[in-house]
Amino acid sequence: MTVRVQTEDFDVGGELARLRSGNPKIGAIASFVGLVRDVADGQAVSEMTLEHYPGMTRKALEEIVAEAAGRWDIYDTLVIHRVGGLGPTDQIVLVAVASAHRGDAFSACEFIMDYLKTRAPFWKKEQTAAGARWVEARESDAHAAQRWGGR
Amino acid sequence: MVKVLYFARLREAFGRSEEQVQLPQPVTDVASLTQWLRGRGGVWESELAPGKTVRVAVNQAMADGGSALHDGDEVAFFPPVTGG
Repeated sequence: MTVRVQTEDFDVGGELARLRSGNPKIGAIASFVGLVRDVADGQAVSEMTLEHYPGMTRKALEEIVAEAAGRWDIYDTLVIHRVGGLGPTDQIVLVAVASAHRGDAFSACEFIMDYLKTRAPFWKKEQTAAGARWVEARESDAHAAQRWGGR
Repeated sequence: MVKVLYFARLREAFGRSEEQVQLPQPVTDVASLTQWLRGRGGVWESELAPGKTVRVAVNQAMADGGSALHDGDEVAFFPPVTGG
């Protein structure tokens, strides 16, 4: 299990190659990459700043990954989340799950993203023509996390 | 003393990212600390109003109103998270 919180960009191909290296039992890797869009709620976004709670972020992500490992049969997991200043088209987050078969990999990857969206202490601030604004949490994200069942 | 941290919109509204707070006598849990901070009035009262959704973590773990507070704890107040 690897969790990284960093300002630097990441190379998806290189990261996935590292994740699978040395384990010929891995038959599937599911991955998700979150990107900065150039528009939100109808307004052009020129810049985005990711704030986080340094003392808690890693712990929160590790707990989410551990929960996924308890629910599905997976070999390894990688979560990279960027913080600091980002621009449109930049990569924000990578979640990758390696398992024997696709079902576990797909489910665990989606679960980790849904939980990350509602439990990991990150906050987005967007710069638009109308000024800077904090992104509001979406009800749909809470529903997405809830469908996995509470703990 | 507890260390109180504020993030994102709350950090900006309160004009500070952290402070040391000497817990007054009636403050024993998250709910009473929130109530006490609200008593500062102004943005404290409006941002921490009962209708506002504010998350709280104690010692880097999500907490709720009933979570007990002890000397040396780290308490963080923040809006619902929006990462990913």
